[in-house]
Amino acid sequence: MKRSWWKGLVVPAALIVAAEIAMRLSNTTSMSLAAPSDILAALLRALFDGSMLVATRDTLASAGAGLLLGGLLGLLLGMIFGLIPIVNRLMEVTVEAIRPIPSVAVLPIAMLVFGFGYSMEIAIVAFSCLWPVMILTRAAMAGIEPRLIEVARALRLSTTQRIAKIVLPAALPRIMVAVRLAAAIALVVAVTVEIAANPLGLGYGILVAQQGLQPDLMLAYLVWIGVVGWSLNATLAFAEKRLFGRAAQVEAAGA
Amino acid sequence: MKWSRLLSLLASFLVTALFVLAWKLVADYKLVSPVFLPGPDRAWTSLVRGFTTGDLGVKFLATVERMFWGWLIASLIGVALGAAIGTSPKLRAYLAPMLEFLRPLPASATIPVAIAVLGLSDGMVLAVIAFGALWPVLLATIHGFAAVEPRLYEVGRALRLSRATVIAKIALPSASPDILAGMRLGLTVALILSVVCEMIAGRDGLGNWILLAARSFRAPDLYAGVILLGLLGYFTAIAIGLLEARLLVWRSRAR
Repeated sequence: MKRSWWKGLVVPAALIVAAEIAMRLSNTTSMSLAAPSDILAALLRALFDGSMLVATRDTLASAGAGLLLGGLLGLLLGMIFGLIPIVNRLMEVTVEAIRPIPSVAVLPIAMLVFGFGYSMEIAIVAFSCLWPVMILTRAAMAGIEPRLIEVARALRLSTTQRIAKIVLPAALPRIMVAVRLAAAIALVVAVTVEIAANPLGLGYGILVAQQGLQPDLMLAYLVWIGVVGWSLNATLAFAEKRLFGRAAQVEAAGA
Repeated sequence: MKWSRLLSLLASFLVTALFVLAWKLVADYKLVSPVFLPGPDRAWTSLVRGFTTGDLGVKFLATVERMFWGWLIASLIGVALGAAIGTSPKLRAYLAPMLEFLRPLPASATIPVAIAVLGLSDGMVLAVIAFGALWPVLLATIHGFAAVEPRLYEVGRALRLSRATVIAKIALPSASPDILAGMRLGLTVALILSVVCEMIAGRDGLGNWILLAARSFRAPDLYAGVILLGLLGYFTAIAIGLLEARLLVWRSRAR
């Protein structure tokens, strides 16, 4: 496996070279496509003049704040639902009625309430991150070894102690999986909101580049969004592996 | 057991009804500005009016159609490509790293590129939906085919089956749970992208409708549209659940 890592690079490299040659041969100034070398030049230009970094900061800040808000709320609700079965049963219909609403459908509501800006984007990201975190946390609560709860009862731990010392540590690897999933969703939703409505960040940058008929810049933004998404995912996967090691892998395989 | 389940469901419905009542009271006493939050009665009236006198039904169908065709194209291509890549370790070695890199890329980020290449057309919308919904199906199919029990392939070889027969008779059934899970995810993506595309490209449909309603402060119309989108999400999830249960009936029987 280690010896064949270069194989993954063959096809993308061939595609890039083919695109470069095709664009150079056709020798037209396209309004919709650009040669890879031009895209790279546009990418470097936008990175060095800071515009792309500012956009990245805006997007990541909104996605991060939304993830934090929605994640904490989801964690809290998931713990309540997971630990108190009767609440879970009573809220079943309500949750199932709200959950299928597509995240972008709340966009106009957020627009109406908050107007344009960070708060609207954060609200939508929080709404979308809430559900996966809540559901996975709820499942994690149900998956806690019952004997641990018995131990907590035998030790006469108070509810807060029980949550802090037994429940959270036992469920943490699974919650981490939920956070990684929600982080990917947060970035996707943030970019989507920016493209659809919000004049901020990377999504807006790519839209402006398209409307300004700058295909090289537009594709540079697309490549950059891909790089940001991939790095975020890779960082979180690495952190998960580092923090929980085997536990996370076993849990992920079992989930 | 069955009675208690029914009872808890009933109680759960009651809780939901209480929430709707609370929503109505909040709206009636104007605790929240009616510009943001119309009562459920007004949203309902708007929904009924939209279907009886307005053209909400047409817009609803336009969104459903878009979502369905995009998803179908994505599923067909995803399964075919996934089967080719998943059954061949060589192709997998060359292509999998590139696919893993592209996976976290937000599908909505391709919308400006698609607009630049294809223009503001229905074809563009379909292409974006199909492209976005392709990834979950493709990756799940590759995983499903790669995870087929190797001994089954050996049986196929011993019986001297052709590659097409092996795929149709051995690999496809064995990978179908993964494929269906991918298609389920693809359907959610397709719905979100339909709404986003309608918002950005101004194609007629629910997404465009709720955005226009928000822009002209017609809050009841907006909530009616959001409720409709929630219902759409809910029923597509149920539909694919039924499909799954029907196609995978052998799985539960075998256990």
